[in-house]
Amino acid sequence: MTPETLDTLEAAVAERLPDLPRERIGDALIVRVTPENLIAAMTVLRDDPALNFQQMIDLAGVHYPERDKPLEAVYQLLSVYKNHRLRVKCAIAEGEALPSITPLWSCADWYEREAYDLLGILFSGHPDLRRILNEYDFDGHPLRKDFPVTGRIEVRYDETLGRIVREPISLERGNREPYRHTL
Amino acid sequence: MGLNDPFVQGVAQEVGERGFMLTSVDTLANWARTGSMWPMTFGLACCAVEMMQAGASRYDLDRFGIVFRGSPRQSDVMIVAGTLTNKMAPALRKLYDQMPEPRWVVSMGSCANGGGYYHYGYATVRGCDRVVPVDVYIPGCPPTAEAFLYGILQLHKKIHRTHTFDGGWGANGVRLPKKLVG
Repeated sequence: MTPETLDTLEAAVAERLPDLPRERIGDALIVRVTPENLIAAMTVLRDDPALNFQQMIDLAGVHYPERDKPLEAVYQLLSVYKNHRLRVKCAIAEGEALPSITPLWSCADWYEREAYDLLGILFSGHPDLRRILNEYDFDGHPLRKDFPVTGRIEVRYDETLGRIVREPISLERGNREPYRHTL
Repeated sequence: MGLNDPFVQGVAQEVGERGFMLTSVDTLANWARTGSMWPMTFGLACCAVEMMQAGASRYDLDRFGIVFRGSPRQSDVMIVAGTLTNKMAPALRKLYDQMPEPRWVVSMGSCANGGGYYHYGYATVRGCDRVVPVDVYIPGCPPTAEAFLYGILQLHKKIHRTHTFDGGWGANGVRLPKKLVG
């Protein structure tokens, strides 16, 4: 975005949503929200003619284990008509839930499922908050920083039981072990 | 196999001179089996694109009587083409169990052979031979269509070595490996 459109957008956001902390990094405008005012802020961002963010481009989750509120959801909004973009961030503590924005943008459905699956971010009011990528009874959330890269279990077919069984992982050579002698 | 092929000419000569030809039941059965191996389409990742390439007009698997099927009940060989994930493993095994015997499995590409690029991932089965018995491993990431075709021909060779009806005794009295089918 050009500095002019960014200034216009920031002025519009400051006028409609004065309570939200704003931040500019490079040519991006970032707005921080809380779980309490997320839905209200998102509704204004979508419906206000000056903001007009009709598209929710992406929803990502981040894990910052050193922070008090370690989980963060990052929303990327786009207005095709106004040709401007906005990044909305919302940090939550472990076990806290975010309100789902699926009623506002139906495309958020699978993004929220993915954030739940990989990072364990809970979304209240989501129509169907199941895991989307891993198996439904997967243990843990693999994109957390404390999750081992190689996982905890492995599967194989057991001839005597006649079904797929899960066992604790046993690797003949651990991850990145071949490179250790060079360190 | 054209009309100038020595095998075809030999058959033509024998039938032309005597009006019949002699062969063993195993040879006939193996000829029939290798002549129409219908694979269970199991494209899991990018290897499937090379598999399709081999099936398209340039390499043309139809020449070998290989016709891709959508149902395990109609299939003789399962081609595991791509990364097998933990989530997919029960489905793969179930489809393998639904295939009628005799059945074979071709593991295509690094991921299916041993996890490959995703060996240290949390969701990958480190080799599809942990789930189904594999007959032929085709290396590559992904294997070219030529390599895939070579693997199919290796499987043909393997099938030609099996003895289903004569109890594993070869024509010259040599005991052959008892690994038969399935």
